[in-house]
Amino acid sequence: MNSLINQAFQNAKKENRPALLTYTVAGDNTKKKSLEILKSISNYSDICELGFPHNTPIADGGQIQTSAYRAIKNGIKINDVFSIVKNFKKSKKTKPVILMGYYNMIFQYNENKFLDKCKNVKVDGLIVVDLPYPENKKFASKCKKRGLNFIQLVSPTTSSLRLKNIIKDSHDMIYYISMLSTTGGKLKVSPKKILKEYKKIKDQNKSKNVVIGFGITEKTIKSLKKADGLVVGSVICKEITNSIKKRQNTVINVTNIVRKLKNEIK
Amino acid sequence: MKLKKGIPLIDQHDQHGFWGGKFGGNFIPETLKKPVEDLTNKFRKLRKDKRFLKKRDFYFKNYIGTPTSFVKLDNLTNHLGGAQIWAKVVSEANGGAHKIYNATVHALICKAMGKKYIIGDTGAGYAGKMLSMAAKKFGLKCKIFMGAKDIKRQKPNCDAMRKNGAEIVPVYSGSQTLVDAVSECMRYWVSNCDNAHMCVGSTVGPNIFVKICGWSTAQISRELKIQLVSQFKKIPKKVKLINCVGGGSSAYGFWSEFIDYDKRQIELIGVEAGGPKNSKLHAAPLSRNAKIGILHGAASYLCQNSEGQINDTESISAGLDYPGVSPIHCFLKDTKRARYTYATDEEALNAHVMVTKYENLNPSLEPSHAFAEAIKIAPKLSKDTIIICNSCGDATKDRDILRERLGK
Repeated sequence: MNSLINQAFQNAKKENRPALLTYTVAGDNTKKKSLEILKSISNYSDICELGFPHNTPIADGGQIQTSAYRAIKNGIKINDVFSIVKNFKKSKKTKPVILMGYYNMIFQYNENKFLDKCKNVKVDGLIVVDLPYPENKKFASKCKKRGLNFIQLVSPTTSSLRLKNIIKDSHDMIYYISMLSTTGGKLKVSPKKILKEYKKIKDQNKSKNVVIGFGITEKTIKSLKKADGLVVGSVICKEITNSIKKRQNTVINVTNIVRKLKNEIK
Repeated sequence: MKLKKGIPLIDQHDQHGFWGGKFGGNFIPETLKKPVEDLTNKFRKLRKDKRFLKKRDFYFKNYIGTPTSFVKLDNLTNHLGGAQIWAKVVSEANGGAHKIYNATVHALICKAMGKKYIIGDTGAGYAGKMLSMAAKKFGLKCKIFMGAKDIKRQKPNCDAMRKNGAEIVPVYSGSQTLVDAVSECMRYWVSNCDNAHMCVGSTVGPNIFVKICGWSTAQISRELKIQLVSQFKKIPKKVKLINCVGGGSSAYGFWSEFIDYDKRQIELIGVEAGGPKNSKLHAAPLSRNAKIGILHGAASYLCQNSEGQINDTESISAGLDYPGVSPIHCFLKDTKRARYTYATDEEALNAHVMVTKYENLNPSLEPSHAFAEAIKIAPKLSKDTIIICNSCGDATKDRDILRERLGK
């Protein structure tokens, strides 16, 4: 069966553009608002990544940390994250949703229970930041059994042998981290170099959808449009922070940003 | 779950880095896989390299000033009337605490790996101070991550770090203590792992950092074993080794040579930070039965809520104020080789007062937790029982807190 994630990439390809992946934090800044934001930006975004916030996020920079702390402070719980997805999917049946977060929360919820719940509310994929290959093998196969995409991460430090093994074990999508950085860092590597690394991954298996993330903003997104997909997160979280500060409508402002990003790669 | 004999505890993990099948591991972002693997390979070679060992021993002796003394606390013993109380005065080490062992070894590894930058976390400021000293000694640039709350309460150590030329990066996120300092240090490493070497300040973090730190502090028990034999002609029949436990680096170092002994002969007692008497918050995941969770790349007993969010901790002692604990201590707890308990802030303060009143010894608030347990149990024990406390830090850094709490 062709997964919704695969379909989203195919649709973008038909339009001769990369897929746009957006990352927002569930519950930022409230449960209700984050669902509204998600629904609104999904008019432009091809795949929605939804973070379940952790209060010790070791791979996230300032913007996403702020969003995560804000969501936790406002009382978001894992079960709320599931209900956000469930509600979202009621009106956006074909829009793929990827949950993203840190392993301790899955571990405390209970791995099997967590994955069953994901399947139940129609989550399409999972990214677990601190569960690298090969420790994630068992978890990845549990995902597969439930028809969930486990998304492997690859970084500039990944050796070529490791890359081969990771790709062999990957599902429909691979996430390439553009540079040595936490999320939201300034793009410190040239797009040319990033695309060269990207091609190395792509050359291993053309059928895998490879997306690039980290350091992608309105300014840099165009230069990377040769990729299968591009992920934007910190820019969105930053916009939520700014809108709250200015007492403006977060839904409208964030949607505007996402629309602009989409226009850059059309 | 079983301990093996004749193999250092730091090496008793499986291929994925877990002790007892469930503690430790490597829960790290993909970017850190390679630097962690490089460090693991380098350390594996270096610890067998005779020239490296010679270098380590040279600096331990001439720079750190080993061995530190092993003394009987006669006045305290007489006052309490019961077991003999002894102290291993590790605070005599250069810089005033056991953190110098790990810092020195990391600086030597950093040099051996050809890196010029070294970064580290700190709570009480000792790990940071020692890393800044070692960095200066070996000509490395140094950055220390420290919670803003800790910078305020441990000023003397911050002054020392700056004097040594290190940059202190204040961390304002979360509770602004050690847990956030470690997170921020790891984030910095994710972004700069191509030219910076990371030192984790205790036996916590991804597997390799637990090993390097434990390997470094093990010097304490190697010395103690020799000192015990020279003092008593053989290892005495009833010994209790009491140590405070935050991350657990000094406790592991104090115990490592004695883990193979029967616990009826050598009992290992770890004392965690119980926090203020009337507070629900503490930093005692082992003794207050926290659930297993993942923090900073490793699985351990962990102060957390049912969702897996890390709880705030509270302790008068910045060095013990950490929600997790070393996976090797979790392993020692589950195999029942060590016993873990806690002392409250008030008990630790009282212990500090009593020890400084009776002895020419000035234990910081961290080892004061160990002394609190010694004071509690000594009167009930026979005179041929030897209680040894690891006085692993000096109280100079606690000047401001002691003045505030004791009016000194």
